[in-house]
Amino acid sequence: MAVNKALEFKLEAVGCASTGNLANSVAAQAAAAGIASYILIPESLERSKITATQIYGARVIAVRGNYDDVNRLCAQIAERHPWGFVNVNLRPFYAEGSKTMGFEIAEQLGWRAPTSIIVPMAGGALLSKIHKGLGELERVGLLKEPVKTKLYGAQAVGCNPIVDAVRRKSIDIRPVKPNTIAKSLAIGNPADGYYASGFIQSTGGWADDATDPEISEGISLLAETQGIYTETAGGVSIAVLKKLVDQGHIDRRGITVVAITGNGLKTPEAVALNTPDAIDAKIEAFERLVEGVAHVA
Amino acid sequence: MSLKVVIPTPLRKHTGGAEIVEVEAGTLKEVLDRLDNKFPGIRNSVCDDSGGLRRFINVYVDGEDVRFLQNLSTPAKDGSEVAIVPAISGGVR
Repeated sequence: MAVNKALEFKLEAVGCASTGNLANSVAAQAAAAGIASYILIPESLERSKITATQIYGARVIAVRGNYDDVNRLCAQIAERHPWGFVNVNLRPFYAEGSKTMGFEIAEQLGWRAPTSIIVPMAGGALLSKIHKGLGELERVGLLKEPVKTKLYGAQAVGCNPIVDAVRRKSIDIRPVKPNTIAKSLAIGNPADGYYASGFIQSTGGWADDATDPEISEGISLLAETQGIYTETAGGVSIAVLKKLVDQGHIDRRGITVVAITGNGLKTPEAVALNTPDAIDAKIEAFERLVEGVAHVA
Repeated sequence: MSLKVVIPTPLRKHTGGAEIVEVEAGTLKEVLDRLDNKFPGIRNSVCDDSGGLRRFINVYVDGEDVRFLQNLSTPAKDGSEVAIVPAISGGVR
């Protein structure tokens, strides 16, 4: 949506400040639209996410600093150049794009809003916009019942300013310096944290955080039980889902939606797996390996 | 101490369009005092009624968010750069 508006405004290029996933999509959309893209990322970003951005021909610029430094720089660049940064000077349109995740959730549930939604939070925009999307569907009469969805936010322990605000029952965000393997959520000064914290509390939801080992376990748990391989942000969502269920926050009788927002191949270093067993191409070698494990009829 | 203040586009209506303003000040609070003396009304765009920084305004001294320093008491060195950067957020209604 933001890229379309950039074309409409006849801007020379698009760009974004990104922790990786937005970088991938802006670069891809810009390539398809035939417009140049400048993607600014923190220097420490995972290599896979950089590859998945450069492949579209985007000009990727790694900034020495964290996302908040990148974001500040983009705000200053957007003042000087006729470029559209989707999450800075095109943000209203980018926000409308995020809202469609709320539409898709309701549509896939047969035009119902779920009982609970767990959303990973970086800047806090996605949670706020899912709330907006569901509210708009209700307003235009497309939902079978009024929206009573409780919103739950998930962050990493190493970057939890919105969770911290919810725990304080506040909407005032105290910025932090991120330190977590969940780099896609590593925004220490979340622009929409104020709104996300407010919606979590006003809908009767809650927020919690996950340590780095819990995030890795969350990635494995989702893969091994659902066949879905997610990156670290999804691991945060699953780890926090487990906590919220254990704590009794989530209504087990209701419908719970967990937002899994990225593919695991972007952060393969987040899980430590064993090197596969290697054998000679001989049936005896195979039988020795699986002896006591597989049953041979 | 002489330092440079970077004014964002939305606040340049106060500065006659100037992007960079030089002021003499020892702390961020003094920077805002001097700015408001030169350009009356600019402080209200940066600070709320209690005198603290507004929720959606970020201020950096030499690249560091002043909330990680000493907020309005953050000292400024000779030649420091103070950047006022509005946070871009919202679109929830």
